[in-house]
Amino acid sequence: MGRKKFVIGGTLILAAVVYLIVSSTQANAEYFMTIDELKAQSQSVIGKNMRISGAVVGDTIQYDPQTLTLSFEVANVTADNNVVEAQGGLAAVLHAAVIDPNRSRIKIVYTGPKPDLLKNEAQAIMTGQLGTDGMFHADELLLKCPSKYQEAVPQQTGG
Amino acid sequence: MLAEFGYGILVVAFLVALYSVGAAVYGDRTKSAGVVESARRAMLLIWPLITLSAATLIYLLITNHFEVSFVYSVTSREMPTYLKITAWWGGQAGSLVFWSWLMSAFASLVTLRKWDRDREFLPWVIVVTSLTTAFFLGLVVFYENPFARYWQTLDGQVLTSMFAPLNTIPLIPADGLGLNPLLRHPGMIIHPPMLYLGFVSFVIPFSFAIAALITGRTDDRWIRITRRWTLWAWLFLSFGLVLGSRWAYDVLGWGGFWGWDPVEIAALMPWLTGTAFLHSVMIQEKRGLLKQWNMILIILTYALVIFGTFLTRSGVLSSVHAFAQSAIGPAFFVFIVVTFASSIGLVIYRWPQLRGETELKSLLSREALFLLNNLLFISVLVVCFWGVIFPLISQLITGQTVTVGPPFYDRATAPLFATLMLLMGVAPLSAWGHSTVKTLGRALWKSALAALLIAVILFFTYTKNAIALVGFFLVALVLLVTIQEFWRGAIGRMKAQDENFFTALWTLISRNRRRYGGYIIHMSMMLMAVGILGINIFQTQTQGTLPVNGSLKLGNYTVQYESIAQFNGPDNRQVTRAVVGVYDQNGNYLGELHPRIDYYPDAQQNMTIPGERSSMQDDLYVLLVDWQPATANGATFKIFVNPLINWLWIGAFVFLFGILVAAWPDRELEYVRERSHRVEQTSAAD
Repeated sequence: MGRKKFVIGGTLILAAVVYLIVSSTQANAEYFMTIDELKAQSQSVIGKNMRISGAVVGDTIQYDPQTLTLSFEVANVTADNNVVEAQGGLAAVLHAAVIDPNRSRIKIVYTGPKPDLLKNEAQAIMTGQLGTDGMFHADELLLKCPSKYQEAVPQQTGG
Repeated sequence: MLAEFGYGILVVAFLVALYSVGAAVYGDRTKSAGVVESARRAMLLIWPLITLSAATLIYLLITNHFEVSFVYSVTSREMPTYLKITAWWGGQAGSLVFWSWLMSAFASLVTLRKWDRDREFLPWVIVVTSLTTAFFLGLVVFYENPFARYWQTLDGQVLTSMFAPLNTIPLIPADGLGLNPLLRHPGMIIHPPMLYLGFVSFVIPFSFAIAALITGRTDDRWIRITRRWTLWAWLFLSFGLVLGSRWAYDVLGWGGFWGWDPVEIAALMPWLTGTAFLHSVMIQEKRGLLKQWNMILIILTYALVIFGTFLTRSGVLSSVHAFAQSAIGPAFFVFIVVTFASSIGLVIYRWPQLRGETELKSLLSREALFLLNNLLFISVLVVCFWGVIFPLISQLITGQTVTVGPPFYDRATAPLFATLMLLMGVAPLSAWGHSTVKTLGRALWKSALAALLIAVILFFTYTKNAIALVGFFLVALVLLVTIQEFWRGAIGRMKAQDENFFTALWTLISRNRRRYGGYIIHMSMMLMAVGILGINIFQTQTQGTLPVNGSLKLGNYTVQYESIAQFNGPDNRQVTRAVVGVYDQNGNYLGELHPRIDYYPDAQQNMTIPGERSSMQDDLYVLLVDWQPATANGATFKIFVNPLINWLWIGAFVFLFGILVAAWPDRELEYVRERSHRVEQTSAAD
């Protein structure tokens, strides 16, 4: 008798939590894609929430402080860590992606302050949607510069 | 030479830690007090050893020994000395040493206590703490050596190694890379140590739990011994989280304080289980229930502490699929799996002894509500964990990586946090053993009505937002109920003891510090909730490019661009600082703000530092986004008004006070209250 109501109560809580998790996941899922994957299925993913990552091509960064419109291109980098390691680490992979003119690229548009870490060969992770204009409209921009703090080796120096 | 010395000492410390583990096990098995004592002394030696090694490392950091790769990567000549010292925990290798240093300090402290009644726990506490220390030292010795140096081969290749590889010459860079500018902030100097102190001190209750499981002394002795440790651990961890938020707010320049970043979640997860543990141990002490559950909670907390250290320290986050990028990833994984599996194995082995002494009877009894509180904390944990691992799961099942962002966490946790708030309002009024809707309702209705009235007033005067109103209602309810508890207790004493109100209140609190300290913490959580509701629901923003004397209006504020200047700041920064005047809606001058951009040439990186004007009502938060030298275009600003955010920081101070009330050492002996008194205690109100 005493146990029963606890079992019922516990089941209700469990159901509520499962519902919360499932529904929130469905409502907020973002597909993580490389730029190659995005290009391959561009029609079917227009307007969907997505997260893409790539290497920032420094020359393409444009910023209009009047409208706070930021645009730049990112080049495809692999999402497979083992491949990254095999090719000499993230910094090397990002560098190779940027200097290779044959890599697939996509233009990113973002409105807001220009992030401090946005520079050539930074790794960018963008959340947003692919527009019908073929550009990726980012709502959120995340950057990191692995070359600087993780695996840098000093240049040839004297002293 | 110094580098070899520092490394050698670390190796010795590692071996000593292993010896103390071995000796403790052997001494316990052979019932040899002498061997256990040897293990204890060995463990006491670890801390001085690591201190010596750390001192060497700090010396290398201060004196610009850039041939050491760790020194090269976290310091530069321009950095002030205090930053060079704090660079100790600014990089992975150093912070692992830092972790072991704190761990060994706490382990030493706990072994210095009096052990008369708990001799049989001692060897196992040594085993757990020394093994944990040894694991971290092992990572440093084998994978992440902070003393490794640069060597150059004849064909110009640069190698990193402790000792000179064949045919190489030492490479001594002229200057280092410097600490990441993001980390050159006072908040970052104390935030990691706080977090680590929290992490490390949770190892102590865990070690006693394991000792209790192994020795079979599964009564609540281990909980009583570690009660204060748990509270301090919780204090440090909570403060680490708050400091991290404040740092994000001041430095990251996006107008927020919490972004559900995996690093933040990594620190939050042990806090969630730790908080659940803190509550559920009371049930075990008072009612002899939930013993199995408490064991599982502390084991989970330990696993999450190690996991959290890994996530925050491996430098591989923000990219969702990068868990194993660092060399230490697999080592962490194996350690977590092995310790977790063996701990859970022990719990299963002792399962029958851990059965409750009574049964839960009433759904609304205090203990049932505590259990519900635990379930809610665990639910939040599950949401967090799900969010972190969901990309991996989706990858495994569908081959397509799917991630979830902050909206997922907001949506899934908000109802859970709201229910937790409701519980904070209801649980203090429910009785141990048995409560009914009727008794609870009688105790609650006045506060509930008053809180509802407050919500109605806010509806007409402040906001029509439903979520905010529900939030404010709950805040008001908890505050009223809690204040009423203080009031009732004090009045009761006044009458019974013929004391004046303040004496009565003072004695009431000092006689039941854990209880009333807890209530103060509940109230502080409500103040924080006001701040969180404020910034999440009412934040407004605008942006624009202003000529000199141009202005932007947001809410009640007008921000006028006055001037901009560039100069060199300390730490070799190039500072671009704007001066903006702030006016209220009637045009009254309120003062000026200085949003700025700091450029760090050594790191080639900008830092955008906001100008903030704080009041109880709101924060005006102005960012200098961009500027043109000597043109009429002037500068671009982004402005946030963050209502009520300061209640978050005020709440943090109240929280600190509450924890000090609860955790301050007693003069009287802790274990005067024994189980035989339990029945009498619980029949009283507490």
